[in-house]
Amino acid sequence: MARIIAGVGTSHTPAIGAAVDNGKTAEPYWAPLFKGYEPAKKWIAEVKPDVVIMVYNDHVNAFDFKIIPTFAIGCGDEFPIADEGWGARPVPVVKGYPELASHLVQSLVLDEFDITIVNELQVDHGLTVPMTLLFDSPKAWPVRVIPLAVNVIQYPAPTGNRCYNLGKAIKKAVESWDEDLKVVIFGTGGMSHQIQGPRAGLINKEFDKRFLDGLTKDPEALVRIQPLEYLREAGNEAIELVMWLIMRGALGDKAEEVYRFYHVPASSTGVGNIILETKEFHDQRKGKAAA
Amino acid sequence: MTKIEAYEDIPGTTVFDAQRARKGYHLNQFLYSLMSAANRKEFLSGEYAYLKKFPMTEDQRQAVMKRDWNTLLALGGVSYALAKLAFTDEHSYQYMAAEMTGMSQQQYMDMMIAGGRSVEGWRSKKDRGEA
Repeated sequence: MARIIAGVGTSHTPAIGAAVDNGKTAEPYWAPLFKGYEPAKKWIAEVKPDVVIMVYNDHVNAFDFKIIPTFAIGCGDEFPIADEGWGARPVPVVKGYPELASHLVQSLVLDEFDITIVNELQVDHGLTVPMTLLFDSPKAWPVRVIPLAVNVIQYPAPTGNRCYNLGKAIKKAVESWDEDLKVVIFGTGGMSHQIQGPRAGLINKEFDKRFLDGLTKDPEALVRIQPLEYLREAGNEAIELVMWLIMRGALGDKAEEVYRFYHVPASSTGVGNIILETKEFHDQRKGKAAA
Repeated sequence: MTKIEAYEDIPGTTVFDAQRARKGYHLNQFLYSLMSAANRKEFLSGEYAYLKKFPMTEDQRQAVMKRDWNTLLALGGVSYALAKLAFTDEHSYQYMAAEMTGMSQQQYMDMMIAGGRSVEGWRSKKDRGEA
């Protein structure tokens, strides 16, 4: 049976991708950020997931405003890299897992989540920057990826509660797939940031810390954060954090934090990275380490 | 009739909601077209002629040509689509954000390196005497 073994929370700031693509990672501005992601890279190289479910948002690249799906799953064989306005990022094409993606859609719709099926999807920095941060710059990505795109651009984004419950339904869907697979789910975007209007540049470190703490200590409290509170307290674009709650919902009641990193700034963003193992996977890893 | 939304009280922020999306639809479609290198070139070689191809308002066209970012937000542009105009000019998101605040690029970058803009004083128009 397939299992979700862990979740990764990470920001997906486009400037991070540009820093890698333009060879700037050793510059003083960027070096602390990339150093902070080293343990996450090492962790994922050790656990070697077979599949990543990438919860992210498109930034007016795959979806213009003709159609705005609240939740969409990429069911294609592969996903090309979008030209967002400065040329496509020079990263490998993203390989999908159409059979499992289609199974997820079927299971989720029957669980009353009305998922949009996307068979042709160009992916943007929302998906590729987390791939680069965790998997570095290989010739081909070492995992298959199921993109789950969430509308956080046109108000309102789905609520935190809805996202958390979707995560729970994803866990159930994955566990009903009869193939031995290790699945890691990513929640991306955030943390505090605002990139528009005279209030641009807003960062709220206390909010971000509370959010990171809450992922293990009290996820139910995070689920109750209302849209207005994200916008007011952590910036207009901080609403992306609801995507981290899909990730958290998919891990079961208890999750163990194994790594955390927080850094300001990347461009206009408070950058967070957290690794949460499911209780079951964590105990199994600890058991192996002890033996 | 219009509903007064609670988020309209957040200072210096234009929440991209359904009403603004409606107003900005053709503006955002223009911005979306800048995802192709050929379109970017065509736009830069004759901005007004290119803008005339989209059924947007004259105010929207003028604001595009002036790169008047805050007006573009008010006229229904969404920041991620507006960023494509900044990229077409070979600028970054950070450039556009700084322009929207009225700070210089250096001042904005210094603010971010120092930890960003504090939320204190920026929660509510009412508290700032703006409403």
